[in-house]
Formats: sequence, C-alpha cells, structure tokens
Amino acid sequence: MEQLIRKIKGMVHLKAYRKQRDDLYFITVEKAQLEMILSHLKKNEGFTHLAFLQAVDFIEDSRFQLTYMLYNYETGVNLGVLVLIDRDKPEMNSIHKLWAHGWQYQRELHELYGIDFPGSPRVHESFVLEGWEEMPPMRRDFDTLEYSERTFFQRPGRSTNDPKEYMKEKMYKNYAASPRIRRDDE
Amino acid sequence: MNKKHIDDIEKQMKLANEGLPECERCLFSDDRPSSVEAFNKYYEGFLNWARSRSLWMLAFGTGCGATELRPLMTSRFDMARFGIFPRPTPRQASVFVVGGYASIKTIKRIIRSYEQMQGPKYVIALGSCTINGGMYYDSYNTINRLDYYIPVDVYIAGCMPRPEALIAGFNRLKEKIRAGECEGMNEYTEKFDWYKENQKQIIKDWNMPDYNW
Amino acid sequence: MSNLSKSKYRGFEADRSKYPVEEEGKPVIDLESHKFTKIWQGPQHPGVTGNMAVELIINGDEIVDAKAHMGYLHRSFEKLMERRRYIQCFPIVCRICVPEPDTNEYCVSAAMEDLAGITVPEKAMWLRTLNLEMSRVGSFLMWIGGQAGSLGMGAISQWTVGMRDYWLDLFEEMTGGRVYHMYMIPGGVRKNLPDGFKDRARRLIVKTRRLMQDIDNTFLSNAIIKSRLQGLGVISPEMVDEYGIVGPNARASGREYDIRMNNPYVCYDNLDIKMITATEGDAYARAQVRYRELNQSLDLVAQILDRIPEEGAIQAEMPNLLHWKIPQGQTYVKAESTRGEHGFYMVSDGSEKPRRVFARGASYTHAISVLEKLAVNVSVSDLAGLMVSLHTCPPEIER
Repeated sequence: MEQLIRKIKGMVHLKAYRKQRDDLYFITVEKAQLEMILSHLKKNEGFTHLAFLQAVDFIEDSRFQLTYMLYNYETGVNLGVLVLIDRDKPEMNSIHKLWAHGWQYQRELHELYGIDFPGSPRVHESFVLEGWEEMPPMRRDFDTLEYSERTFFQRPGRSTNDPKEYMKEKMYKNYAASPRIRRDDE
Repeated sequence: MNKKHIDDIEKQMKLANEGLPECERCLFSDDRPSSVEAFNKYYEGFLNWARSRSLWMLAFGTGCGATELRPLMTSRFDMARFGIFPRPTPRQASVFVVGGYASIKTIKRIIRSYEQMQGPKYVIALGSCTINGGMYYDSYNTINRLDYYIPVDVYIAGCMPRPEALIAGFNRLKEKIRAGECEGMNEYTEKFDWYKENQKQIIKDWNMPDYNW
Repeated sequence: MSNLSKSKYRGFEADRSKYPVEEEGKPVIDLESHKFTKIWQGPQHPGVTGNMAVELIINGDEIVDAKAHMGYLHRSFEKLMERRRYIQCFPIVCRICVPEPDTNEYCVSAAMEDLAGITVPEKAMWLRTLNLEMSRVGSFLMWIGGQAGSLGMGAISQWTVGMRDYWLDLFEEMTGGRVYHMYMIPGGVRKNLPDGFKDRARRLIVKTRRLMQDIDNTFLSNAIIKSRLQGLGVISPEMVDEYGIVGPNARASGREYDIRMNNPYVCYDNLDIKMITATEGDAYARAQVRYRELNQSLDLVAQILDRIPEEGAIQAEMPNLLHWKIPQGQTYVKAESTRGEHGFYMVSDGSEKPRRVFARGASYTHAISVLEKLAVNVSVSDLAGLMVSLHTCPPEIER
C-alpha cells in the first residue's frame, strides 16, 4: 500500500494522505485530476469496486468534500479518494462512464446537496423528494426542525429535553460528588 | 378576508378534472363525496355487527410497521381467526392499516388509496410516528400527525407495536364499529375542504384529481 | 411442454429490431403508437418488496423498459443524526433496515469506537457476533418466505415467517426488544445472556434445521420453482464490478467477496466459516446460495454458543456518554448483512454530534440500476420473483 501511495504521489498532486486502519486509507487529490486517478486505480491497481460516493458539507470552509470509496478485492483494502469542491458553485465531473451505478449517487447528491454533475444520466430527476421547493435539505444550513414545525401540524403535549441538561438536573444532583461519573469537559 | 384570498381558495378547491383533456375527464367523477345516512337503529346495529366480523385489510406496507403485520398474517398469530384478511387492492378492502411514519411521497399514495376504498372504511394507524411524529418529529419528510390528512379510528402506540398490540387494536376497532362510533368516512366528507387544504399544504405537486371515488 | 422439462427460463428474445430508433443503448419507445402500455407496479401492490415502485413499459407480457422509483420511505436519518448526540443516534439507526437492524447498530458503534480509539472486551465481541449471526438467520428466513410467496407458494412463507418469530423470541430474551434491539452500544453490549438461553437457542437450531429440510424438499427441489427461477435475471461476472454488486448476488456469480472472510470483523476470524459461491448467476443460484448461507449461519450460531466465554466484562470503560466528544476524523466500517456489504461512513468534527453519517445500504444498486437492467425482456409475472431474488430492501436505499 505504501508503494501504491508513492506511485500515486508521482502521478498526481497528493494534497493529504492518512491511514485510518490497516484496511482503510484516505487520500485527498485535486479536483481536476480526480477522473484520471480513479480510472488509473480501477484499471491498473485493482480497485474495481466503488462502494459509494458521498458528500460532506464543511460550511465553515465553504467547501463540499466528495468521498469516492473504492475497494480492492485482491488485497482487501478500502481506499477513500477525497476531493474538495467549492460550495457556492458546486460542480463535479461525472463518473458514470467508469461505473454503471455512479449515476445513482450523483442523482442523490444533486437532489440532497445541490451538486451538479453535467452529463450524468437522469441527474435532474427526483430521487426521494417530490415537489421540493426549499434549498437542498442535506446542506448544513437547512434547519429540518424549523421546517417540520412550520409545515406539519404539531400535536400539543410533546416536550423535548436536552439529555445533558436534563440528566444534570434530575439525576446528578445527588451524585455530583460521586467518583463514578467522569466528566471530561467540566 | 379580501377578494384575492377568496379567489385563491376557490382556485385551489376547483375540480381537478378541469385540467384534464376531454377524453380523460370521464375517468374521474366530478361529484363531491356525500355522507351516508344510517339506517334505522336495529338494522344498522345488525350491519355493524356484520361489518365488524369481516374486516378486510389493505396490504399496503407504508412503513416499517408492516414488518409486524407479517407475523400477524402468518401461522403464529394468525389474524384470520379474527376475520381479518389481507387484500391486494383498495377496492376490496375495508381497513387501511397505516404502518408507521408516512413520508410526503407516501401520504399522497395513502390518500389516493384511502379514497379508492369503498365504504364503510376504517383506518388504523400504527406506531408513535403517526400519533405525534415519534422519533421523526424533526424530520423534514415525515408528517407529524395523521389525523389531519385522513380520519383515523384507532391509534396503536409503540415503536413498533407488537402483534399482540395489533390484535388488541383490531379488537378495539371491532368494539367501536359495533357501537356505531366509526364514522370516519362521513367525517371525511363533512370536513372535506379542511382535509384537502391540509393535504395540499404538504403535497406540493398536486398532479391528481381532487377526488377519485 | 418440452420447454418445462428442460427447465431453462429464456425470457423473451432480446431482439431489438422491433424498436428501430435507439439512443444511448436504449430503445426509444413511442407510447402513442398503442403498441406499448405503461403500468406501475407499486407502491400499493402486493408484488413489490417493501414500499417502492417500478414503472414498467410492457409489450404484451414482456417488459421493454423499467424504471425504479424510490423515496417512499425517506426519513432523512442522516440529517437527523447530525442533530443528535452520538448516543442518541442509536434509537434511530436501527430503523434503517427493518428486517435486519443489528448490522446498523454494529456498524455505527464500531465506527464510533474506531474514531475514539476504544477497545471492546472479548466477551462483548462474542455477544456481538452472536447477535449479528442471529439477525442474519431471521432475515434469511423472511427472505425465503418472500421468494416463495412471490412465486405463489404461500405455504412456505407461513412456515418461515412463523419460524422467524421464534428467533425474535430469542432476541427478546437477549436484548429486550423484538424487532429493534438497540443491543450494541459503543464500548460493548448492553446485557449479558439470560440463564438457559444457550439451551433454548440450541433447541431452536434443531427445529430450524428440520424446517430447512422441508424447504429443500418443497421449494428448491420443486420443478415449477426451478423452471421459473432458472435463467431469470442472470448477473454476469463482468456486471459485478460494473454495477457494484455485493453479497449473495455477487457470490452467485462467482465473485468471492464476503466481508466476514475478506475483512474479518468481531470474532469471525475465530470461527470455522467457508465461502459459499455459485457460478450460474441466475435467480435459482442466488436462492441456493442464500439457502446454504442460512444453513451455515445456523452452524455458526451453534459454534458461537459453544465458544462464548462465561466470564468477562461486556462493556469497556467509557467516558460519560452524554458528554462524549469524539476526536476529529473519518472512517468507514462495513459488515456483511444478508444482502451484502452494509457500511457506515462517519465524519466527526470533534464536537458532541456527528458531522456526517452515511449509511451504505447493501441493496442500493441492486434495486435501481441492476433491477432496471435485469427487468428488461422478463415477463411481468416474474418481476416480483426477480425483485425478491435480488433481495431489495427499500428503507436502506433511501434512508
């Protein structure tokens, strides 16, 4: 695996590399070089199985992180290829030519995150939502509780507690001095 | 209420058949639903007794509550003992078991299926998520209470309710039918505009006729 | 009737010359020509698995185009988990796949342990293995019922779903819950085994084996079942990589990929376990693979029961879970469910709530792109059997 990472380093600009477990590695590459590295990994290095393609919203940095999780059947290693793209104008190259089920993930990301994949088949079709008018719901700045309260009718009598506050008040009063409770942040 | 607002409501409440091409208009009834009067006390009592003895259930697994319907249908709990039997189509069914949370896409189909069922018809709602949203109270895609969209006769609490709880719920429904308290169908016709308004508030692409009997 | 004795389902001839115009490999179908009919199978239909829909365009009995529609069960678990503390994720995470919730619990707790660097005690590992394997048995039993029921053999679903209920009783003893268990929590499991559990489990294994013999006689050896399933929905070995097919569907096409052996987790590397594969790749091969895996799972449960250590902790030393902060990082944890690779991708930003959790449902591709490809040239009456033989599970696809 170290050998492979060295090889990739020679090919593309490797922004970051991390070993999570013996069978799980993450590499971060440039947006423009992604398609090349994916097709190289698929054709020459045996990473033939695309487990998933997903996005993570880093709203503070105004970036989306796309994760392409590959798997090699021979060595049994998972390799996550990460790409950071701009959050304000999210657009990415489509991988539907490399994997026949890639369009499914791209359709999902287009609907739930608003990331566009030009050229991907059926990418503008709806996947799970029907007649959605708000912003893409999986973005961090979409408040699902507020939307739910605004749209659906609440039945009165429901109360919600933050467990931390609630337990502190109800249960820890007598146990505050107890050595069994370890508090990391207090 | 200003005039524009009234116009808007009238526009919303117009017959959806108006948008359809001429050849398809005859497929959907233009009539608004109407209430069914009860017969005289003794005959209606006999009918209610008979209705409670043969509840045919619509086999539409709308949520995860449908998992517990399968043990109920099969050999261990065997709901055929109680005169309950699954039917594949709404036209033959008299009980609609809404199995748990209903997402917006599903509630549209629930309403269509409910309207296609022939009266008398009853609704059992399973699980906490149909009562007040349950653990999905803050989800943007699941409704919080079902009785704003279709009339519900019996709620069964729990996540998910055990088959024994379902049997108890069905028995409660039978008692209510025998006592003549299950008037959900008439309630739906009487408060029809209110129900439609609530339904249209969440179903954004309303591309179906207002009612299909 | 000579075709029946040969018992090779051929489907319809894949002659595309009837539909002359092609775009991107697909025939362009003119609905106005009155040669084709568009029908919907689902969501209100007894022949679909769970709550999904397939939009079919048929010519006579033959399906010429299929389109899977999802989203009827979308509850946005991933969004909800971003709003909850780590320990609060557990009640909702098991709802992602209804017939087999334990894989979800295992994956989420293992992902948290991986990120936080917690080692689980050995006995808890064995109890997790037992729980996972029992849930596989339950899910397979339900699948046999579904496959038989979709081909019109209702009696077998009466047997197997009834038998699954006794397994649910065992779960109830072990965890307190019938369908949703919430048994595995970060750092270990919640409870020890109750007294006499092992004997009752062993008796149930014997009972289930007897049922398996009956199923072999009536279902897998049945000439009608064979003639309907053989040759139906063939997945070629090339398709496995192309479409990301996993689990028994891939193993029936000869791909040796079982996470319990390729990337052993919990205690699977201590167990006597063998890869089960077939080469035909059709629905009947998949049924056989699943049947043999069910037998193997029963074996494994028996092995685990013999080897669970009597003494030992079931919980690691944990910080207070209500204030638990997980260090920054990301991980991907997977486990073998009955449908294949079930994985969780978790990103933590160092706060009390996860930044992102993604559940990779095992049948994500099976139910959409694979089904859309395999359904073409199949008779409408076989579509239900095809869907069940892919073991699609809608709630884990749309989450």
